Amino acid sequence: AVTRRLCILKGIYPHEPKHKKKVNKGSTAPRTFYLLKDIRFLLHEPIVNKFREYKVFVRKLRKAYGKSEWSTVDRLKDNKPTYKLDHIVKERYPTFVDALRDLDDALSMCFLFSTFPRTGKCHVQTIQLCRRLAVEFLNYVIASRSLRKVFLSIKGIYYQAEVLGQPVTWITPYAFAHDHPTDVDYRVMATFTEFYTTLLGFVNFRLYQSLNLVYPPKIDGQADVELKPVEGKEYAMDSESYLEKLSALSGSLAHVVAPTHEDEVEMDEFPVEGETAEQMDARKKEQEALEKHKKLFEGLRFFLNREVPREPLAFVIRCFGGQVSWDRSLCIGATYDESDRSITHQIVDRPRVGQQVVGRYYLQPQWVFDSVNAKLCLPVADYFPGVLLPPHLSPFVTEQEGDYVPPEKLKLLAMQRGENPGDVRLRGRRRRGASGCCPVGNGGLSADEESEEEEEEEEEEEDDNEKEEEEEEEDDESEKEEEMKLKKMEEQKAQSNKALPVKVTAGKLRLEDRQRLEQEQQSEEKRLAIMMMKKREKYLYKKIMFGKKRKVREANKLAAKRKAHDTAAKEEKKKSKKARRA
Amino acid sequence: LPAPHLLFTPPAPRGAWNGVPHPPLTPLPSAPLQDIRNTVGNIPMEWYQDFPHIGYDLEGKRIYKPIRNKDELDMFLEKMENPDYWRTVQDKMTGADIKLTDEQVDLVHRLQKGQFGDVHFDPYEPAVDFFTHEVMIHPVTNRPADKRSFIPSLIEKEKVSKLVHAIKMGWIKPRKPKDDAPAYYDLWAHEDPNSILGRHKMHVPAPKMKLPGHEESYNPPPEYLPSEEEKLAWEQQEPAERKLNFVPQQYRCLRAVPAYSRFIHERFERCLDLYLCPRQRKMRVNVDPEDLIPKLPKPRDLQPFPTSQALVYRGHSSLVRCLSVSPSGQWLVSGSDDGTVRFWEVSTARCMKTLPVGGVVQSVAWNPNPTICLVAVCVEQSVLLVNPCLGDKLLCGATDQLLESYVAPEEERVQPVQWATPGVEEHSRGIRLAVKQVTWHGKGDYFASVVADNSSRQVLIHQSSKRWSQNPFRRSRGLVQRVLFHPVRPYFFVATQRYVRVYNLLKQELTKKLMTNCKWVSSMAIHPGGDNIICGSYDSKLAWFDLDLSTRPYQLLRHHKKALRSVAFHRHYPLFASGSDDGTVIVCHGMVYNDLLQNPLLVPVKVLKGHALTLDLGVLDVLFHPTQPWVFSSGADGTVRLYT
Repeated sequence: AVTRRLCILKGIYPHEPKHKKKVNKGSTAPRTFYLLKDIRFLLHEPIVNKFREYKVFVRKLRKAYGKSEWSTVDRLKDNKPTYKLDHIVKERYPTFVDALRDLDDALSMCFLFSTFPRTGKCHVQTIQLCRRLAVEFLNYVIASRSLRKVFLSIKGIYYQAEVLGQPVTWITPYAFAHDHPTDVDYRVMATFTEFYTTLLGFVNFRLYQSLNLVYPPKIDGQADVELKPVEGKEYAMDSESYLEKLSALSGSLAHVVAPTHEDEVEMDEFPVEGETAEQMDARKKEQEALEKHKKLFEGLRFFLNREVPREPLAFVIRCFGGQVSWDRSLCIGATYDESDRSITHQIVDRPRVGQQVVGRYYLQPQWVFDSVNAKLCLPVADYFPGVLLPPHLSPFVTEQEGDYVPPEKLKLLAMQRGENPGDVRLRGRRRRGASGCCPVGNGGLSADEESEEEEEEEEEEEDDNEKEEEEEEEDDESEKEEEMKLKKMEEQKAQSNKALPVKVTAGKLRLEDRQRLEQEQQSEEKRLAIMMMKKREKYLYKKIMFGKKRKVREANKLAAKRKAHDTAAKEEKKKSKKARRA
Repeated sequence: LPAPHLLFTPPAPRGAWNGVPHPPLTPLPSAPLQDIRNTVGNIPMEWYQDFPHIGYDLEGKRIYKPIRNKDELDMFLEKMENPDYWRTVQDKMTGADIKLTDEQVDLVHRLQKGQFGDVHFDPYEPAVDFFTHEVMIHPVTNRPADKRSFIPSLIEKEKVSKLVHAIKMGWIKPRKPKDDAPAYYDLWAHEDPNSILGRHKMHVPAPKMKLPGHEESYNPPPEYLPSEEEKLAWEQQEPAERKLNFVPQQYRCLRAVPAYSRFIHERFERCLDLYLCPRQRKMRVNVDPEDLIPKLPKPRDLQPFPTSQALVYRGHSSLVRCLSVSPSGQWLVSGSDDGTVRFWEVSTARCMKTLPVGGVVQSVAWNPNPTICLVAVCVEQSVLLVNPCLGDKLLCGATDQLLESYVAPEEERVQPVQWATPGVEEHSRGIRLAVKQVTWHGKGDYFASVVADNSSRQVLIHQSSKRWSQNPFRRSRGLVQRVLFHPVRPYFFVATQRYVRVYNLLKQELTKKLMTNCKWVSSMAIHPGGDNIICGSYDSKLAWFDLDLSTRPYQLLRHHKKALRSVAFHRHYPLFASGSDDGTVIVCHGMVYNDLLQNPLLVPVKVLKGHALTLDLGVLDVLFHPTQPWVFSSGADGTVRLYT
């Protein structure tokens, strides 16, 4: 068990020997091998002695308990041996960037542990520490505006931030109680968490330092004053409430040095050698896009209803410069009320809204995440409460050539390029939405009717879209045409066979298709060349080609499925329309 | 209004067992003292639920429940009308309704508030000390003080000395001073990338977890949702084999998304991976598959070679096993399983002659000497020498004369075979043996035949002019498949199942043994230069030997998908062909350079198809035209085809 802990802490992993048989005394049975060097390295670790001390301590304590020597117990407990993992962190990650690169697992683990119940499974201190570190990290991401991508998966919520140029991805579970599995060794996880908390603490410190923020984080003075009078009475323990206030993610953080605007001097640009003007331009454009992305929600005021997950939404909105608030009874840190007139968006996750206020959009939470991933505020019409949501796509997928691209993604890409296929439609929709959604106390029924109208419109528009799509699918269709031709030929053959065997048919001028001939010749040459390949290369080539073909097959399968689904949906729509008319 | 009967429960009638009536805790002023209390004792009263009585009185008579004929409405009316309804309680013991008195109600209220039941009890009475701290003139006890209260305690001394000893010996350590250093500081303040330990130079960082794709979304595009069959297939797969470790699902809204039940599992598995999995840097083969294809000279530059089917020679009714072309290239002879040998004119595909031989023709060979018009035909157990009488009359006549000019030697030599003169109508000679193959020496005088038995007399060399046969080998070395004469030198090639042996006929010794690396050699051909041999085998390989280079194949070509039946070299052009059971003839360019340093160049140039597969057999024999870049092939479908 000690070895396991050491291996985990020091990051030692088994090694795959080059000659398995040689090492394993001639057998090929699967065994794990460690490098002798690594084991020696573990032995030299000073923490081994600390572990021994701890063992002795536990033994003494047990003895004292057994003899009921309470004074000895107290004395021993006072002198409980502790150990620190600082040097191991430094040793495993000699540079800060190394640590950032390995932050994914640390963050995921800390976020998981911070959702554990405070009883059982592991120490309460660990859970509290994890929660603190996680909140600190979230606050850093907000302060540095480094979040890039968010993805709502069925497993949890994935976030990707760009910290000092390194992409850091982590996953948080949905906020539900865990049913703890029995076949999981929590001791292993706890050991990992022990190391990860140390690592994350140092990383947080350094990150806060890099932004000139106070560590441990403090909420900025003004916000603090605003918060205090209300919350001070209800929360007895200041230290606890402080973490909660922090975790509300609504206040900005205190700086070590008050930020002055002079700091924001434009960086001088030094042209890198060997870089053309075009590349420079591209880089500049990218930079601008990034800046724009960072200020995506700037100036927007959000209000979260109580049924939406507060923490992820607040985090995401704040990361992109939006202001966010929630019901005062939900969590501390609410900055404004639902009745505030300046709210622009209210996030709702119910099929219909009872009381509507003029001048704000009522949207489903997916809008926020989709907008972040699309790097632009998407048209709101698809996300009204009760509307069937468009699919939520993964921002982590970058389609290569030949991969299957879902049509929604194509639309999105077009929108990002700025060519906005349904521009007119959207504008019209927006106007309509404004008129349809804003009137106070608009009854549910009338809203429904209007949405139906919209749907009809949508249908027509979708038809247009499909035409466009069809154009894109022309390549596929050319293949199909060929197939059709072949089929026809076969049919003709069959027919001719059926007819009398002796028959004079009009001669056909055989057209020699130059291109086709050339292609055939080339393919034949290729086939002949493939015959001459060496055995090993042929194997490799066949493997590669097999992989490629499989990929194509999968993409085709997905496309076919989509097509079938679309046609089915269309049919249904038409039917329902007819039924409605009848 | 509080419902008092919820709180008011009658006391346990413990004494009732002894027959002593228990005095009611709260005296019921309205009820008389001789009471009809129940004698059932402290039992759950619902046991009497279904009975008309509720217990027994002192005399053992049943106590009947009071008749309740009130229905809900009556109850409600009473509730509304009776001003004392709120203080009416049902006595569980007797079932009677009791109206609480004011004192009782008061008691209930007090108990509810958590006060003492007795109104007159004062919990805050001033305390009276029994003893004072002051010394009084009259002590409580008159006992003199102990001695031990004047002298230091020995036990304490012992304890202290133990502690002192323990401290001296270092067993007990003084309390450690509190560590005030902050838990976190700038660990990387003086980071030095050069101070990386040696171990970390070869450290393999853990690979990151795979990022989620569209199918993991809570609301994926519909095409990513699995159909019923796919779901079933997923469930039946082993967990390790699954491509996705979850089933894609669609939720209508974010509110409907449940917790993922395997979240902790997945984290745990990741932990296990991190510390239990060996890490290795694997070089991903990142090659363009096009680069793997060798750059060969274009077949177009290697012309001429046969490219398309020109003629089909039809006539045989069964498989055509063997072919041979006359040295002039004008005539073609083919032997078939239908027991005939047919002679064709090459250029017109006309069958000039059909010779029934009455047996399966195993092999035919035209005499390579252009001055002699003679064909050797293997039929079952005999070799027939046939004069086809085609072409130049003079030539035919000369051949006949040559054969007739044979004068039997004076003394009979011991011969392994018998030579027989045929009847008048046939110009042929026979040898009574089961023969597999016959091949001519380049001069046209000698020919060799292979017999399909496992004795030492498998290979025989015959001299047609002297009508004399000899058995060159004393001992058999396995089943002989093919034999060949070297075109210029006195060498003789014998192919057994796995090896090709080269004999020097003059010195009568074995010069070389070629390892074919094949399981079963089926055919063999020699380059006209005489330095290169190709061997076809039944395991669909073609081995090219360079006799000067080594005894192992210079190259093994695996072009065919099925067993090779025959191979052939062209006499002038750098071409060779192989025919196989898959019905194709592959023509390759095989350039042999005069420069010994340059290796032969082998390029496949054409795949010729045409023969239909019958009985799982395709092409049985291939043969090049002696002068033109044409190739003949005979197939199991009973045709002979010419490709030009």
